[in-house]
Amino acid sequence: MGNQTLYEKIWSDHVVATPVGEPTLLYIDFHLIHEVTSPQAFDGLRLNNRKVRRPDRTLATADHNVPTDPISTPVNDPISRRQLEALDENCAEFGITLFPRGHENQGIVHVIGPELGVTKPGMTIVCGDSHTSTLGAFGALAFGIGTSEVEHVLATQTLPQQKAKTMSVTLEGKAPKGVTAKDIVLKIVSTLGTGGGAGYVIEYRGEAIRDLSMEGRMTVCNMSIEAGARAGLVAVDETTIDYLRGRAGVPDGEEFEKLATYWRTLTSDNDATFDKEVVINASELVPFITWGTNPAQVVALDGVVPSPDDFSDADSKDATARSLEYMGLEPGTPIKKIPVDVVFIGSCTNSRIEDLREAAAVAKGSKVAANVRALVVPGSHRVKKQAEEEGLDKIFIDAGFEWREPGCSMCLGMNPDQLSPGQRSASTSNRNFEGRQGRGGRTHLVSPVVAAASAIKGRFATPDEVA
Amino acid sequence: MKAVHVIQGRAVPLERSDVDTDQIIPSDWLKRVERTGFGRGLFSEWRDSPEFVLNQEQFQGATVLLAGPRFGTGSSREHAVWALMDYGFEAIIAPSFGDIFRNNSSKQGLVIVELPSSDVEELNILVKGNPALQLTIDVERLTVEVAETGWQRTFTLDPMTRERLLNGWDDIGLTMLRENEINTFEKKSHSPTLNGIFDASGHSAR
Repeated sequence: MGNQTLYEKIWSDHVVATPVGEPTLLYIDFHLIHEVTSPQAFDGLRLNNRKVRRPDRTLATADHNVPTDPISTPVNDPISRRQLEALDENCAEFGITLFPRGHENQGIVHVIGPELGVTKPGMTIVCGDSHTSTLGAFGALAFGIGTSEVEHVLATQTLPQQKAKTMSVTLEGKAPKGVTAKDIVLKIVSTLGTGGGAGYVIEYRGEAIRDLSMEGRMTVCNMSIEAGARAGLVAVDETTIDYLRGRAGVPDGEEFEKLATYWRTLTSDNDATFDKEVVINASELVPFITWGTNPAQVVALDGVVPSPDDFSDADSKDATARSLEYMGLEPGTPIKKIPVDVVFIGSCTNSRIEDLREAAAVAKGSKVAANVRALVVPGSHRVKKQAEEEGLDKIFIDAGFEWREPGCSMCLGMNPDQLSPGQRSASTSNRNFEGRQGRGGRTHLVSPVVAAASAIKGRFATPDEVA
Repeated sequence: MKAVHVIQGRAVPLERSDVDTDQIIPSDWLKRVERTGFGRGLFSEWRDSPEFVLNQEQFQGATVLLAGPRFGTGSSREHAVWALMDYGFEAIIAPSFGDIFRNNSSKQGLVIVELPSSDVEELNILVKGNPALQLTIDVERLTVEVAETGWQRTFTLDPMTRERLLNGWDDIGLTMLRENEINTFEKKSHSPTLNGIFDASGHSAR
């Protein structure tokens, strides 16, 4: 038996060159592109008369600023429209497959790769978006990059990279009933802090991780960056392989089994050691919510808004006071007494079919509270279609939710789906930063089931409160 | 990118921790397809307030930003770096930085100086006491200095980032010199491509 971690295995499989005194040159198997972080990279290529080295390893979709109104509605914002057109033009010029707005394969960039089976275990995958870490759920090394690096990968299909340190985060034991993948990752982020994972690649391990579906594992890996880690990983097992079987991007029959045999090797060896090891007792987990303006500011749904006095160091006291002021919250207020204005179910964290099934099961037969606007934004057209085949759209619409077209939507408010100043949201997205969902908006991160229950009660609530 | 040897200028104390890239440049600005003009959007949620430190007269024209821990966490948007540089900042001094932001800065020539919290706090006090103080950041010697008071510290940069800053090297050009090694790697790689998966209009071929 060897003693390599999964990260080290994938890393060593992709080393192109190790120049003395320089970072390793790493090969990138797959590059995903969207409209926001790519136009300046394509301009750079044109300026230097460079080509896209491997269009066959590059895939583009429109997601960040597409409206989620019916497809027949034009893109009214001229700046957004121009950016979407630029993506069309750039992909046509450089020969890159593109799923534009309305295309059957279009959706959030981190949702479409897995559902099409084109992002595979063992690959190195990058995208100009920090939530590329989502794809690590498949035992792939996937991380977000900036626009200069997007240009670098387009031109060379490689990236100069410093090797990261390794961290294991082990969820020991079983998560109690009612605890979702989102609750697990909120606990992880609050345990590590927003900078705790900086410089590391995290491998998520343990029974409560193994018990998760692929959708759940993607939710956990998605928010690795919220703990400061560029990438998160889950080792390949039969759950991974079963998810991939039959997808558009994978072969059938014997060829698939051959691939699966390789994929099963993508685990950390028994004797592997990590630079840092963190253990969390899964049996003590409960539904969680963020109360502040960074994703490590987490409290139980059954808890109360914390006070600056709960912290000993001046920095945390100050940050807490500032967050409370922005969020318009008083210390000691029970979370479940805080009213909600907007509920958003969507984003690369929680917009896959399983998320929608869980939320629909809570919403079924109930009504969204008066004065609450509730949106459901499927992660992709394929998710939307499948949900409609299962009748989930009817459940949501009957309950008073808006059933919208796919995209990043209110997660970052680049399209018209935004909070107004002072509005408070229960959001299944990943960032509760100031102004993230709209200027002056107040974001609380929750799981899809808590979001659905909160829509119905008109305040933060857990599913058991919905009759 | 332009070579950077020595940065000399006044500093502005931001005195906030966890300043994420959404706060540096809100998503509304990300719709633009240009690389320039982002300075107007820098910290735009805070810029309306006359008390905000960037609006204070004594800090106009500062080229060094003093920030709290975990500066630049969150989204991968390089627009954050473009905004800081377009506004006129040449270096950021903070106790810690987001990983992707640090990378993006190195590609553009924005100098990232990591100093312990206590040192950043000392600089905050110095600069608030005398906003006209000149800071000198020397990328060759890896030092930060306030000549007038004799305050000096050293910092670290990974050797390659330092070389690239000093020489103004273009990363892509450097990698393209390794064309042969990339070709060799590609010949032995079995990693699947998109070939045969989609037809010309992006629909699944199978």
